[in-house]
Amino acid sequence: MSDEKKPQQPPAQTADQAADRLPAHKAADRREQPIARTGMFGAGTTGDTSGYGGLVIRQSPKVSSPRPFGGYFDEVSDHLERQFPEFADAIERIVVDRGEMTLYVSRRHLLEVARTLRDSPELRFELCTGVSGVHYPKDTGAELHAVYHLLSMTHNRRIRLEVTCPDEDPHIPSVVSVYPTNDWHERETYDFFGIVFDGHPALTRIEMPDDWVGHPQRKDYPLGGIPVEYRGAEIPPPDERRSYV
Amino acid sequence: MTTTGQETAEGKVFNVAGQDWDEVVQGVGDGDDERLVVNMGPQHPSTHGVLRLVLTLDGETVTEARVGIGYLHTGIEKNMEFRTWTQGTTFCTRMDYLAPIFNETAYCLGVERLLGITDQVPERAQIIRVMMMELNRISSHLVAIATFGLELGATTVMLNGFIEREYTLDIFELVTGLRMNMAYVRPGGVAQDLPPGALEKIREYLERMPKRIKQMRKLLDANPVYLARTKDIAYLDLTGCMALGITGPVLRASGLPWDLRKSQPYCGYETYEFDVPTQDTCDVYGRYLVRMQEMEESLKIIEQCVDRLGSVRGPVMVEDKKVGWPAQLAIGADGMGNSPAHIAHIMGTSMEALIHHFKLVTEGFRVPAGQAYAAVESPRGELGVHVVSDGGTRPYRAHFRDPSFTNLQATAAMSEGGMVADVIAAVASLDPVMGGVDR
Repeated sequence: MSDEKKPQQPPAQTADQAADRLPAHKAADRREQPIARTGMFGAGTTGDTSGYGGLVIRQSPKVSSPRPFGGYFDEVSDHLERQFPEFADAIERIVVDRGEMTLYVSRRHLLEVARTLRDSPELRFELCTGVSGVHYPKDTGAELHAVYHLLSMTHNRRIRLEVTCPDEDPHIPSVVSVYPTNDWHERETYDFFGIVFDGHPALTRIEMPDDWVGHPQRKDYPLGGIPVEYRGAEIPPPDERRSYV
Repeated sequence: MTTTGQETAEGKVFNVAGQDWDEVVQGVGDGDDERLVVNMGPQHPSTHGVLRLVLTLDGETVTEARVGIGYLHTGIEKNMEFRTWTQGTTFCTRMDYLAPIFNETAYCLGVERLLGITDQVPERAQIIRVMMMELNRISSHLVAIATFGLELGATTVMLNGFIEREYTLDIFELVTGLRMNMAYVRPGGVAQDLPPGALEKIREYLERMPKRIKQMRKLLDANPVYLARTKDIAYLDLTGCMALGITGPVLRASGLPWDLRKSQPYCGYETYEFDVPTQDTCDVYGRYLVRMQEMEESLKIIEQCVDRLGSVRGPVMVEDKKVGWPAQLAIGADGMGNSPAHIAHIMGTSMEALIHHFKLVTEGFRVPAGQAYAAVESPRGELGVHVVSDGGTRPYRAHFRDPSFTNLQATAAMSEGGMVADVIAAVASLDPVMGGVDR
């Protein structure tokens, strides 16, 4: 909201400042968003005595930060734009929040963007610290997110790439050819989220047994998930046990 | 178990379990196939935890090394999504069980960044965190060197390392009530202030440790047997490290002084004086030397912490009552719990305090929606945490980039082309902790 202050903001900022920097949500925008949760206390089994049962909380609209971003973020973005001609196509939006920069990259361009970020001397993000999957079942058309954290030791910078893919077509190109370190990380994300990284040399399960059914860290997979046999007795999975919530 | 070879699609398979090997040797010798595939682990004393290695051997030379992990997967990341942000420390401390304080601190730094309270964490809490982390670094490196000795057949090294680790764990027990898995570092600060006598005990430790480290170095630094097993073994240069994403002592043994404590300081590391030891040998011996020197540097940092803690007073939890844990914990006869004074306050005098305590402890605090990445320099390299919040009282997603997991990928690069005995040295020099690898 305070546009004049932005250039002076160092990358290390507090959350409330970051919220100020993001454009305000219009009421109409908010109402179009999918519902994130209803009610207040997560209680669904008993009658609503709190008065908050009708509360509807919607997801935040997808915003992008306005320029200038502050710190080195402008420089990174400018260099990438210069080095990568299809920048406007590839980068869907840029969010600067809590002193961190997130580039939302379209999956078609991920490999090229990663290669540019690694090879260009002004960018030189030579280390990728793996990929982290996040499952947003309510984010229709982009349910699965793969989040890459890149580190430039040369310039001492960090940025984040976020790539999405729909649940029906869970394919994201593998960046192993650019960052070989992501070999196991992509296998892990495939194992837990079911994201298929096209072009990975050997995309197999890594943490779960090879014959496991399902991808355990997805939101539609319950905690535990399977009954466990312990000393002859069968213990049901946590979601099927008696619960007071 | 049978020693007679069974014909399978892959070739002849022998199961051996410590009995007479003559038949096996005979059977292998008969075949015209020079290639031998050996399965090591997951339960093997020198595979450093439940790690499985599948080695293809040509004589004594390893032509292919594959790593199988996942035997210790406990779903910590998934479990954390079902508990409050504060309870998350109790889970993540169990990942890399030799470096619990680092797991907790990385996680808490991530949560604090999400909350936007990084600057509000009291100075005393930051100093305690740094001190505990450096003590933990020493105890972790001691185990690394101890188990390394054991895996090479040197039990003296093992015993010495574990004895010294005990002294570190005694301090942990005094300060947190627990030797491992302490859940001591909490979002907003630490669980409780140092108990009386802690600083004196740490001063004693600081007097004892330099001598003991010197003794261990005397035992190993120029030991010809040790040198023969470690020098020029498991070579991985800077290029290899960068491609494979290797951080920590392995990277610093290839000559790059990359240490997050220096390059991207957190918890006030920029105010401490210490050096980042490096070696340029890229081998197992270099990694050993880096670890030894890092312990000496850690002692320097601990000394500075102790000096500061003598004068810096104040709270150890963030002032914001909506985030900070309501109770001061105390160690009683039956372990750590709410202090008697706090119990008397909420149960006897203040209804509001009771409600506040109840809400914050059972429901937890809300964290503004968003995501954050925080990284610390753990004994094994960059321990990163990616935390995502949807605005609720529980993590929407917590992902840990454990350095053991990433570093273990270097096993093949380090051991292929070498001798089978050097595979053990290679894996041990990476110092993977399977609890962290599998999470």
